[in-house]
Parts: sequence; C-alpha cells; structure tokens
Amino acid sequence: MKPFLAVIARDLRLAVRQGGATFLALVFFLLTVTLFPLGIGPEPALLARVAPGVLWVAALLAAMLSLDRLFQADFEDGSLEQLTLSGLPLGGIVLAKIVAHWLTTGLPLLLAAPILAVLLNMNSEGFAALLLSMAIGTPALSLIGAIGAALTLTVRRGGVLLSLLVLPLYIPVLIFGVAAIDAAVHGLNAKPHVLLLAALTLAAVPLCPWAAAAAVKLSLE
Amino acid sequence: MHYFANPARFTRLAGIIQPWAGALAAILLVVGLYLALVVVPADYQQGDTVRIMFVHVPSAWMAMFCYSFLAVASAIALIWKHPLADLAAKASAPIGAGFTFLALVTGSIWGKPMWGTWWVWDARLTSVLILFFLYLGYMALWQSIEDGQKAAKAAAVLALVGAINVPIIKFSVDWWNTLHQPASVLRMDGPAIHPSMLWPLLIMALAFKAYFVALLMARMRMELNLRRIRALRLAERTS
Amino acid sequence: MDGMGQFFAMGGYAFYVWPAFAIVLVVMALLWFASVRGWRKSEQTLAALRRNRRQRESDEA
Repeated sequence: MKPFLAVIARDLRLAVRQGGATFLALVFFLLTVTLFPLGIGPEPALLARVAPGVLWVAALLAAMLSLDRLFQADFEDGSLEQLTLSGLPLGGIVLAKIVAHWLTTGLPLLLAAPILAVLLNMNSEGFAALLLSMAIGTPALSLIGAIGAALTLTVRRGGVLLSLLVLPLYIPVLIFGVAAIDAAVHGLNAKPHVLLLAALTLAAVPLCPWAAAAAVKLSLE
Repeated sequence: MHYFANPARFTRLAGIIQPWAGALAAILLVVGLYLALVVVPADYQQGDTVRIMFVHVPSAWMAMFCYSFLAVASAIALIWKHPLADLAAKASAPIGAGFTFLALVTGSIWGKPMWGTWWVWDARLTSVLILFFLYLGYMALWQSIEDGQKAAKAAAVLALVGAINVPIIKFSVDWWNTLHQPASVLRMDGPAIHPSMLWPLLIMALAFKAYFVALLMARMRMELNLRRIRALRLAERTS
Repeated sequence: MDGMGQFFAMGGYAFYVWPAFAIVLVVMALLWFASVRGWRKSEQTLAALRRNRRQRESDEA
C-alpha cells in the first residue's frame, strides 16, 4: 500500500510543481461549454434542456485531452521504467497514476461543473444528480482513458489516435451520466442510471489497470 | 490449431481454400441476388424496399461476426502466441469495416422510404456506427506503430478491450434509445420473418461468409508475405 | 417488356433498391480486387528479394 500511495503522492507533487495541466483542463471545460450558447443561441429553456449533455460531453473531452500526460512524460524520461523496479506490480503503478490523474483532472471538473450548470440555466433539481453522476462517472473516464494513453505511448503525435481509440469506449459513461441528470431534472428516479454508472466504474477498476499495464509493458520492452 | 502454425503449411492450405470459397461465394451470391430481387414478393407494408433487407441484414451480421472473429483471433494471439492469429485478426479488420460501412449505408437507404429521413438515431444504427469507429481505431493503431510485433500486441489488447465493451455499448445505446425514442417508430424488421424470406436471407448470409473466408485467405497470405519481406530486408541491412 | 420495366421500377422504389444493391456489390468487388492485387504484389516482391539473395550467395561462393 505504501509504494502505491508514494506513486500517487509523487504524481500529485509533479502536477502541482508543473502546474498548468489542471488549470488547462478547467479552462478547456469552461471554453467548450461557452461555445454552446454561442452556437445554438442563448435561449434559457433551450440551454436548460441541453445542459446535462453539454456538461458531460465537455467534461469527457477535457478529461480525454489531459490523458496524454498520464504516462508520456514518465515514459520519455525513463522514470516509468524505474518505477517498475520499485517492487510494486505494474498494474498497481498504473492504478496509482490513474488515481492521481483523476485527482488532478476528474475532481476539478466535478467541482467546476455546478458553476457551469448555473451558466447554462440548468434546473436546480438536477444539481445533486450532476454532482453524483460526475463523482461516479469521471473515475471511469480516467480508468478507460488509461488504456488508450498506454496503447499510444510509442506513437508519435498520438493525440488524434488516442481520441479515436478512447471516445467510442466513453459512450456508455456519457449515456448513463446524462440519463441520471435528465431523470432528476424531470423529477424522475435517477437511481437506476446512477447504479448502472456505478457498475460501469466498478467493473473498470480491476479491468482497465490490467489492460493498461499490458499495453505499458509493450512500450517498455 | 497448432497444426496450422507452420506458415508454409498454411500458405498451401490457403491456396486450396481461397478459390473454392471464392467460387462458392460467387454462386451463392448469384442465387441469393436472384431470389432477393426476383423471386421474393414485395412486402404488403414496405413494398419493394423490403428487398434491401437481403443485403442490409447479412452485412450487419457480418459486421458483428468479423469483430467476434477479430477478438477471438486476438485472444489466441495474446494467450497462445499463435504466429498466424495476429495476422488473421489484422486481415479481418478491413473486411469487417467494409461490411459495417455497407450495413450503415444500406440501413440509411432503407430508412429514407421507411422513416422519411436518411438517418435516424435508432439504437441499432447507432450501435453499428460505434462499431465502425472501433474498427477504424483498431486499424489506425496497427498503422501507427512501426514495430510489427508491438503493433500486433497493442492491437490485440485494444481488440479485447473493445470486445468487452461492445455488449456494454450495445446495452447503453438500447437504454438511451428507450429513453429518447417514441415507441411507435416503425421497426425495420418485424418480430417474425416470413419463411419465404428466410431462405434467401440465409443464402445471402452464407454468400457473405464464403466471401469473407476467400478474402481472409488472400489478405492473410498478403500479410504473411509482407512479414517475410520485412524480415528479408532487415536481414540484408544488418548483414 | 412490361415485366422487365416493372422489375426495374421496383414498385416505385427503384431509387432506393438499386443503389443499395449496387453499393454492396461495388464495395465487395473493390475490397476483393484490392486484396488480391496486394497479395499478388507481395508475392512478386518476395520472389524478387529471394532471387537477389540467391544471386548474391552464388556470387560470393
């Protein structure tokens, strides 16, 4: 457990020292959401109607764009290889890095989402569901995204490829996440959607680090 | 299974299978097209557009079948390190992508007279569209990693991750569809297919399968040759 | 003659039925010819490489 926490702490320290990345993800999130009123018009009812979907899509894209730094820098300067010598299995290292990624990306997005929901005039009944679905769903984004980040590790300019690999896999998270908020906004029961989202994330916890570790191992060979 | 691990033996076998499967595909295709276009009566509800079903449904089946084939071949390549399995997976991807594309296009053409629009975000069409993206991602990953062996393994991992996700995506899209679609939309195919239509449908499906086998043999032989060419060129450079 | 015309009219849906069948056949044919051509080409390249190699080996011997 201790080396696991050490990897998380290390990644967090690096994120704080280099700064920027979390801030950029947040700015991207804000900017994307801002584009929607400009694109479809400022009519409050219309914005309220599309708010859950817009928030989730923007959060999904922001999380995806920050994936490339999940392994890339550590891979290039060789510290990823050194980490494998620390005694922690590769799957554990990958999971620790995923946790750090969520803490520096998913969590800030989750905290920013209610403010953007206000800007989009979202119905106040939906706020609890928004926070809940984001809290449960964004870890899945980091988990699934890690596979894409690991697979494109040796690919030069892998950004476009990464989005092609990851976005189709994000679709279930998007669907259940938005469905939960939509249900709450319309005064319906959000529980089945939230439970499905939770099932998705729970299934991803053991599977994704394992697959991502297999992909990272390929690049280290 | 390991009997076919010998590439020379496989090449010989493929040389026999390919023409036979190709001929079978051609014959079945002619028969199937004749039945679908001439013999089968027009549907009382959908009129002659129902004939599109005989290419649309087998294409959609093949789209799913090719992905299952790709996933199984990838699993065999990863677990048993079978030397031909990753070639089989790579060779099947463009075929699957082709059929997925055809399922989308014919579905869209069928949808225009039935729904009044070229595209409806119907659960099935949407899942097939996502499947198409999975194929594209798989092929793009193969393309972008230069080291052949690494590319094979990475693609295999992606194929398996995709295979686990396909049912989840399918389920989520169905779920999404029931939330958003009014239930009264005209379904593309009714719950039961009249037996007179089942035979032509099965013949077309078999024709597509035989076509897949013939094409797979050709593409696997090509991939095998390309791998040998790469090895020879590498040996020349280092010697 | 009328029967043929009726056949091609597809009950008024000719605009949908024929293109659907046409595109299926065209894509299948294109995929087939591209694959077979790729295979033939790889066969030729491989044969040429092997010929070169044998030549060089006999030259050295």
